[in-house]
Amino acid sequence: MTAVLQTDHLSLQFGGVNALSDLSIEVDEGALHAIIGPNGAGKTSFFNCLTGYYKPTGGAVRFQGNEVTGLDAAKVAALGIRRTFQNIRVFPKMSVLENVLAGGHLRATSNLLSITVASRGFRRRERLLHEEAMASLEFVGLADQWNNLAGDLPYGMRKRMELARVLIANPVVVLLDEPAAGVSSVEREELSRVIRRIHDQGTCVVMIEHDVDLVMEIATDVTVLDNGRIIASGLPQDVRTNPDVIRAYMGRKRK
Amino acid sequence: MATETAVRSGRTRVDGFRVTRAGLVIALVVAAALVPQMTQNQYYLGVAFQAEMLMCLALGLNIVVGYAGMLDLGFAAFFAIGAYTTGILSTKEHWSILASIGPGVLIAVICALIIGFPTLRLRSDYLAVVTLGFGEIIQTIAINLNQTGGPTGIYAIPALTIGSVVVASNTGYYYVFLVLVIIFALFSTRLRGSRLGRAWLCIREDEDAAKAMGINTNHYKLYAYMFGAVLGSITGSLYAPALTAISPASFGFSESLLIVMAVAIGGLGSIWGVMFGAAVVEIFPEVFRSFAQARLLVFGVLLVILMVVRPRGLFPERAFQGLGTRIRARLGHAVPSPRSGTGGPLVSLPTEEP
Repeated sequence: MTAVLQTDHLSLQFGGVNALSDLSIEVDEGALHAIIGPNGAGKTSFFNCLTGYYKPTGGAVRFQGNEVTGLDAAKVAALGIRRTFQNIRVFPKMSVLENVLAGGHLRATSNLLSITVASRGFRRRERLLHEEAMASLEFVGLADQWNNLAGDLPYGMRKRMELARVLIANPVVVLLDEPAAGVSSVEREELSRVIRRIHDQGTCVVMIEHDVDLVMEIATDVTVLDNGRIIASGLPQDVRTNPDVIRAYMGRKRK
Repeated sequence: MATETAVRSGRTRVDGFRVTRAGLVIALVVAAALVPQMTQNQYYLGVAFQAEMLMCLALGLNIVVGYAGMLDLGFAAFFAIGAYTTGILSTKEHWSILASIGPGVLIAVICALIIGFPTLRLRSDYLAVVTLGFGEIIQTIAINLNQTGGPTGIYAIPALTIGSVVVASNTGYYYVFLVLVIIFALFSTRLRGSRLGRAWLCIREDEDAAKAMGINTNHYKLYAYMFGAVLGSITGSLYAPALTAISPASFGFSESLLIVMAVAIGGLGSIWGVMFGAAVVEIFPEVFRSFAQARLLVFGVLLVILMVVRPRGLFPERAFQGLGTRIRARLGHAVPSPRSGTGGPLVSLPTEEP
């Protein structure tokens, strides 16, 4: 199998603190790769390095064989690497539909002239994009919320809206930062269903998640981080019983 | 399929709303066009066209502040660039007013690029300081340059001629600016409904998240600033012949502040709001002339009250959201609401009440 997304000895330092050191991860095509680890392990920093929000201080990020290290966040998104945020970032004063349309920003290609005169081509492209946005909302089960302000949605729905916003871009890789954090058990089921459907469509998913049950249920690969290092990686069932992982989560047994 | 029904019901609802809205717009435009027929008072018409002019400026600034969320405290600079370019070209080079709009726009865009390129990556507060400085620079240049007539400015600017029609009265300029307001409002509406408008709003709401949508935020901020500059400059080019004389005093910080006030009072990002805000800012101080010296004080107090009571402005975007639905519900018609199926009905129908 070929790696879609790959990091090569990636490291990130804030002053004297090593947030990430020597991280080499391969995300295979069609994988649902979970990244777990205790708080402060560097999971979100890792995502930020992959998506251009942080510039790694060492190492490289490769996407489909091309180096994308240190590219601007917008450029990374344009390549087809889309992400959600840990502390959901919706555009609160825009409607749910417009939030999703914004996700399809790069697919709306009308030029200024056709926008100004509302040309037939512009209206047709906008209508298609609207239909796709509605289809994305339908996919995550939010179609009936299209006209509400995103800021008025309850927490769980915002999480799903973020997913719809990612999906409309037809991404190659989706990075989900704690998709199931803080949601009710009903919402959790809904989210796990949606994530699995994204994966079933052939989209590569990388997911940071604390909910170990969810990870064991849907992930195909697991990487465990602690203190910015990889302490284990492999199949979910192997990682679960790895003594280093247990130690990182539970602490060392006192002698 | 549920998707289709959602889109379709959305469209019919929007269409139904659009019909009433189109009617409202036409009625307003007709009413505005009839104003000069109702009064021959040149003072009233003078105030009216100044209000229209401020609406044009507010619509321009609305793209920068309202859509993209960048606080620009030097917007009068672009207004000045337009006015001075037209003033100089028409008096010294004998260009026609309409022909001088182009060079004005060009200079405004170049200035917007020079100022915007290095500074627009700054966050809001710093940007406000830079744009404030830019406004002061342009005014200082106007005061000190010989070509701009120094502190006295430029006078005897010829009248605007469109074809064989010479626009020379307040009534004439009232119509000219009415047309300009309509064009700017339509243009703003179109931008708002396109990827440009969406990208600007995303930047306003959350710049980091906007990047995750693939939006090149620096470019889009620059576009917003340039569009604002173009609208400001065109307004300036038509303002010069309307007043026949321009001087640096008209383009100072107070003018920039007035435009910001119009946008803030009306409602950031709302086209109807900023136009209304501009009318309020222009007309209220005139109405309060009977208070003589205290009129600006009264106006100031009203502003403070307004910002406490309605912090998002008088008519923020979506202020009328669901109004058509509410009215139809009150009339006793059952209307499909976009929320039906989840959160219960948006309104309780009168027929259901005991």
